[in-house]
Amino acid sequence: MDLTDCGLMEPGHIACAGCGAALAMKMVSRVIPEETRVVVPAGCWSIIMGRHPDLCVRVPNVHTPFALACGFATGMRAALRRKNGDSPVLVWAGDGATYDIGFGALSAAAERNEDIIYVCYDNEAYMNTGAQRSSSTPYGAWTTTTPDLKREDKKDVVFILAEHGIPYIATASVSHPDDLMKKVKKALRKSGFRFILLFTPCPTGWMMEESQTVNAARLAVEAGVFPLLEVENGVFRVTYEPSWIPVERYFELQGRFKDLDEKGVSSFKERLERRWRRIRERVKDAHL
Amino acid sequence: MYNEAMERRILTGAEAVACAVELVKPEVIPVYPITPQTHIIEKLAGCVASGRLSAEFIRVESEMTAIGAVAGALVEGIRAFTATASQGLLFMHEVLHWIAGGRLPAVVAVCTRGVGAPWTLWCDMQDVLSQRDTGWMQVFASSAQEALDFLILAYKVAERCSIPAMVALDGFLISHTAEPLEVVDDEVVSQFLPPFEFELALKGEDPFTLWPIPGAEKYYRIRKELFEDHRKALDVWMEEFDRWYSLTGRRYSPVEAVLPENAKEAFVCVGALSGTVSHMMKNALLDEGVGLIDIKLFRPFPEELLRNAASSLDTVYVIDKAVSYGRSGILGEEVEAALRDVCRVKNMVGSLGGLDLGPERIVELYRRARDSREKVIWI
Repeated sequence: MDLTDCGLMEPGHIACAGCGAALAMKMVSRVIPEETRVVVPAGCWSIIMGRHPDLCVRVPNVHTPFALACGFATGMRAALRRKNGDSPVLVWAGDGATYDIGFGALSAAAERNEDIIYVCYDNEAYMNTGAQRSSSTPYGAWTTTTPDLKREDKKDVVFILAEHGIPYIATASVSHPDDLMKKVKKALRKSGFRFILLFTPCPTGWMMEESQTVNAARLAVEAGVFPLLEVENGVFRVTYEPSWIPVERYFELQGRFKDLDEKGVSSFKERLERRWRRIRERVKDAHL
Repeated sequence: MYNEAMERRILTGAEAVACAVELVKPEVIPVYPITPQTHIIEKLAGCVASGRLSAEFIRVESEMTAIGAVAGALVEGIRAFTATASQGLLFMHEVLHWIAGGRLPAVVAVCTRGVGAPWTLWCDMQDVLSQRDTGWMQVFASSAQEALDFLILAYKVAERCSIPAMVALDGFLISHTAEPLEVVDDEVVSQFLPPFEFELALKGEDPFTLWPIPGAEKYYRIRKELFEDHRKALDVWMEEFDRWYSLTGRRYSPVEAVLPENAKEAFVCVGALSGTVSHMMKNALLDEGVGLIDIKLFRPFPEELLRNAASSLDTVYVIDKAVSYGRSGILGEEVEAALRDVCRVKNMVGSLGGLDLGPERIVELYRRARDSREKVIWI
């Protein structure tokens, strides 16, 4: 990947240093057409996109309230149909907007099979407000509202959306830019509701060196913590087989797992195995 | 000339709204059902299914998405419509502020209904008057005819001023009551309402961003402009009421006063209630010298017009169907602020949650208020 190619992204965004979500937009903006409508609900990108009147990605962009991304996108798509406009409508939402407050609207837009690409930049907590727990926060992670560590699993949004039978779901990581861009391109070629989950580490919220964003993302993939998948019309495919490094190597980089004791770590591993068994079952079903 | 262009029909308020929507021809109609608004969206579903109205009809999962999709369509420069009531309007509340601040000329019909808890399905004005401070214009219909006319007018004024507008019609009392009315001709509406062109519509070329975070000074200026433009919108309403009169023969005003000669007192109300009071006046069910001031436009508030209407009165009796708890009736509070140095203002909470507010009760409220020193009268 040519690191100097910033696509439609301008220099001078105002994300934290090392922001995985900013890096993800740089990659996505290399493959989306410039007339793509980008809908940004409340989240880190409400800020990163730029202060008035700045815009750090050269696309028509609208900021919306938290739970409103799918509502706006639905109306925009319908209006574009009236104008015979075929510009993609792309929601660019964080995990708070996706897994939590906008989840009902997301499920509904998927059920209606709205012709929208929904991209979630997942940094596993409410990072814009200073690292509070979301339902995307993984088991065992510290956040400011889980000072005694999160006890529940990360919500499996991919499985839930897969049950909606939408045309395309993919997960991608900023550590694998070619794979990420390839999946966005593939989504652009399809129509109907498309969902892409991007793994975008947050050095600020994960209490991690700013230089370790890509490294953390890579270790998450290699440890199987963030599986790289595609689901087309309900059919699962693992697009990258992890090398199964110990999760501890991924944990070590970050402050948010430092209080997780041995028992916690083995519980995390059990949960991980369980999740992968479910993925393998779905992959196997696909071959029947 | 206008009589020839008019078709006389018997329609409920809900049907009248649907009929107006058909004439306005919004191209995106996201809907979510709630009593007593359902007849509007069912009627429109039929219009779209039969091809009479060419629009994207989207059955969404909540009022929040419905109003979001209205905003989304407007952002693309396409006219949209939705209708709601009660809890549904409350659920939209956050987006109502957003749309007004964003200067999107949305139009929403509200079949007014009380709010929970406890549950009520019936009419009052708590839902719509609770949205007073969202930056939307609010116009109150007191008949199915007005519901039809005001909906078309609301689009015109909203689009001219880039301020969203809410058309309120009493749930059931107007929405479900059939009455004879005149439906304007398609051509009249096309003449009255030009095709929608929206300056802020997103475009593929020269991309820009809508509503990123400004500095506090800029934010203050944006909100100040909305405030000032609301004031200017009052004149726009009056211009368009005049224009509507010349096209249809139906004359409206932001404040409509019916005062007998030498009137010293008047009821002040919004919506269907003015029909009841006016019936009482015609049938001598009120004391002589008691008149009616019907406020059609609540936001922007026609303060000068109201002061002029009340200038010769000693006392006005405001009948409220919505309350600001810890203060007074919402309409009462507004009227008192406007008429403080003009006349005495008595405030009565006439009905909530559909409590029947017929002539007898109105007379009782009036007697109580007249003889009482209480600031706010409840029975």
